[in-house]
Amino acid sequence: MQNSPNIPVQPNCPDRRRTQNAVVIWCRDKLARYIFLAVAFSATASLLLIALFILKEGVPFIIKVGLKSFLLSSEWNPAAEKFGIYPMIIASLWVTLGAMLIGAPLGVAGAIFLTQFVPRSIMRIIKPMIELLAGIPSVVYGFMGVMVLAPFIRNYLGGPGLSLLAGSIILGVMVLPTVISISTDAINAVPKTYLEGALALGATRWQSVHMVILKAARSGIIASIILAMGRAVGETMAVIMVAGNAVRIPHSALDPVRTLTANIALEMGYATGLHRQALFATGVVLFVVVMILNSLAIAAMKRKTGN
Amino acid sequence: MRKGQCVERKVKISVQNLSVFFGQHQALRSLTMNVPANRILGIIGPASSGKTTFLRTLNRMNDLDPESRAEGRVLLDGADIYHPSQSAVQLRKRVGMVFALPMPLPMSIYDNVVYGPRLSGIRNRAALDVIVERTLTAAFLWDEVKDRLNMLALRLSGGQQQRLCLARTLAMEPEVVLLDEPCSGLDPISTARIEDALTVLKERYTIILVTNNTKQASRIADETAFFLMGELVELGETSQIFTVPCDQRTSDYVTGRFG
Amino acid sequence: MRIPPKITQALAVILLGAATLITVITLVLIIAFVLKRGVPEISWEFLSTKPREMGKAGGILPTLLGTVLLPLLAILIALPMGVGTAVYLTEYTRENRVTRIIRFGTDCLAGIPSIIFGLFGYIFFVTILGMGWSMISGGLTLAIMILPTIIRTSEEAIRSVPQAYREVSCSLAATSWETVYKVVLPNALPGIMTGVVLGIGRSIGETAAVIFTAGSSLMMPSSLNDSVRTMSVHFYLLAREGISDEKAYATAAVLVFAVLLVNLAAYWMMNRFIAKRSR
Repeated sequence: MQNSPNIPVQPNCPDRRRTQNAVVIWCRDKLARYIFLAVAFSATASLLLIALFILKEGVPFIIKVGLKSFLLSSEWNPAAEKFGIYPMIIASLWVTLGAMLIGAPLGVAGAIFLTQFVPRSIMRIIKPMIELLAGIPSVVYGFMGVMVLAPFIRNYLGGPGLSLLAGSIILGVMVLPTVISISTDAINAVPKTYLEGALALGATRWQSVHMVILKAARSGIIASIILAMGRAVGETMAVIMVAGNAVRIPHSALDPVRTLTANIALEMGYATGLHRQALFATGVVLFVVVMILNSLAIAAMKRKTGN
Repeated sequence: MRKGQCVERKVKISVQNLSVFFGQHQALRSLTMNVPANRILGIIGPASSGKTTFLRTLNRMNDLDPESRAEGRVLLDGADIYHPSQSAVQLRKRVGMVFALPMPLPMSIYDNVVYGPRLSGIRNRAALDVIVERTLTAAFLWDEVKDRLNMLALRLSGGQQQRLCLARTLAMEPEVVLLDEPCSGLDPISTARIEDALTVLKERYTIILVTNNTKQASRIADETAFFLMGELVELGETSQIFTVPCDQRTSDYVTGRFG
Repeated sequence: MRIPPKITQALAVILLGAATLITVITLVLIIAFVLKRGVPEISWEFLSTKPREMGKAGGILPTLLGTVLLPLLAILIALPMGVGTAVYLTEYTRENRVTRIIRFGTDCLAGIPSIIFGLFGYIFFVTILGMGWSMISGGLTLAIMILPTIIRTSEEAIRSVPQAYREVSCSLAATSWETVYKVVLPNALPGIMTGVVLGIGRSIGETAAVIFTAGSSLMMPSSLNDSVRTMSVHFYLLAREGISDEKAYATAAVLVFAVLLVNLAAYWMMNRFIAKRSR
């Protein structure tokens, strides 16, 4: 091999170190890609795991007892191995409906007012404030229900105070930030030109809002209400604290009720055997309901972006 | 008509029947040309004539757009850069690029310059220092920034930023430097600095310069290619293109009758 | 008779305004009430001593520790998974069937009620994997719970990194991975931190998922296998079992302070992030 020191070193010729390095770099890039792909399924895998284990614990019980008697029997007496969750289903339904009756109109009205009738500067203060309140732990809301709301209901409306009504009001307040936040985003996403077009035709602000903006933002607002419903159905601790927890079908808004979630949380601590399976079966019902609500909300959001 | 001919000089890049598509849209139509080594090739042409697409084909930056598709061959030193065995990352080490807008990464001047060398595994601080001084000097920027190499690069002026980008590209020791309208956002003095740097740099690199400014091409390009609607209309010595073009369309463009 | 538009307009504004006012006042009142009743009960002794008689007397030191450690553990687990998911969605793939599945899974997970997480954590981590009521069981359960939050905020943060940075990095012969960790992640960091803080806030306030996985021991935890009680759980037990209203108010006040502080931090970071991006 000839050695000629006069020829300048060409910096561009791929020396050994460079090519070796290239292989390492290439491998690292490929490895990173597969790690990221694997990690990307973590949320989906968790969801599947959760579904799998809740179903695995709960479904055999439902099959054993029979879906019909589990869902439609009114007697819940674990000691006597009677497991009917009909009263809890009814309670969850009413509490959620009540919460929506309070939370949805207030929340949507708040969103409309904040986006359409309030200067941007004030909106910039109030909206984050409301979102901040979404972070307040649910137990704190529940505690307020116990200390303030329940005595109020007992003194002025009658009944034990801890009741369907108290649960609905507390849940209604709790879902307000969700409804306001998502509805506001949906309304803000409506192009400004829609409103200007309506105003230019001589409509008042309110006419333009309810004829044009609400129509355009409808899917987003509906999604916010469905998501809030999901939260209300799933809320546990606050409801345990204020709803009274009696296993019976409510006849008035002042009766104490026990929801599906409360049933799980109250008895999970000491349940064993068949009783524990019954609680997981309650979880299955809850899981199915929430997944349906989720899918509806996601579909509603999709329609919004699709338009 | 001397289309794509260059007899006496070494050919660095040879483009054969290159067509580039973005989805249904064809951006380049069956291009054939040779790029000579160690010269400045100017590419001129009106907007959306395929100049930038051509440039981004040469270092496979178009790969980033999943809709894009290239047909034909691009030979760099005789090897097809689109051959499956070729790595786009290795190619980009040999073919560097300076973008139209100065785009320093949000880090210090020093870190911007050594970004490429560090990626190729140079960790030695002294070696990196040498690279920084050499490339910043080559980009005519060293004297202005040598005392504040740790300053955030975003705080330089536009012209300085663009020269930093040039230095950053040179720091990878490429063989070919692609410049995509590097002076479009700069004032005349900054432009002159970059042009000076390029005329010196062609001793060591093959330079391809896309420019909207025909005067710039006539000033510094050794050869000039005229693109129109994704086609190569004419390629020749710059003096010839600007004085006695063979094609009527080239003549119209360089005399400013359209475009 | 048709009501003139001017009057409907005025009516609408009044009604909407009243609704908004009710909402804001209710929410503010709740905070104010808790703080007013709770703050006078807070003392240095309350924060720095162990509880006695199940919390009837003494302080909340172990639960403070639990409230710090458990969310931290959850973040340590959820952060790599969440950011990794976001990086995959933004840097390594286009919208296709796989990303739709990932997004659907993430959205659904976000809507799962916390009691379901509690059930799952209890059966999977506590029982089947034999971790018992422990910090690690609670941390893993909370991690899954806050994963969607981390994924969403990280994805938004990563998407807001200018595309030009990626092009430049790529043109300098960086591989996708090198671009991600040298350019994309450092620039998305403030936005990712917002998600982290939001996740911590949610973990601090969580009760149902924690009580069945981390247990409710009032001992000072000394390892990951020890059961801990967070402030939320402690507060729930104090209030639910009527142990002590004063201590419950005080704990609630500390809890509200902690959550507000964490959320304010998130909000501040988000604003700084937006301001920096739009400059």
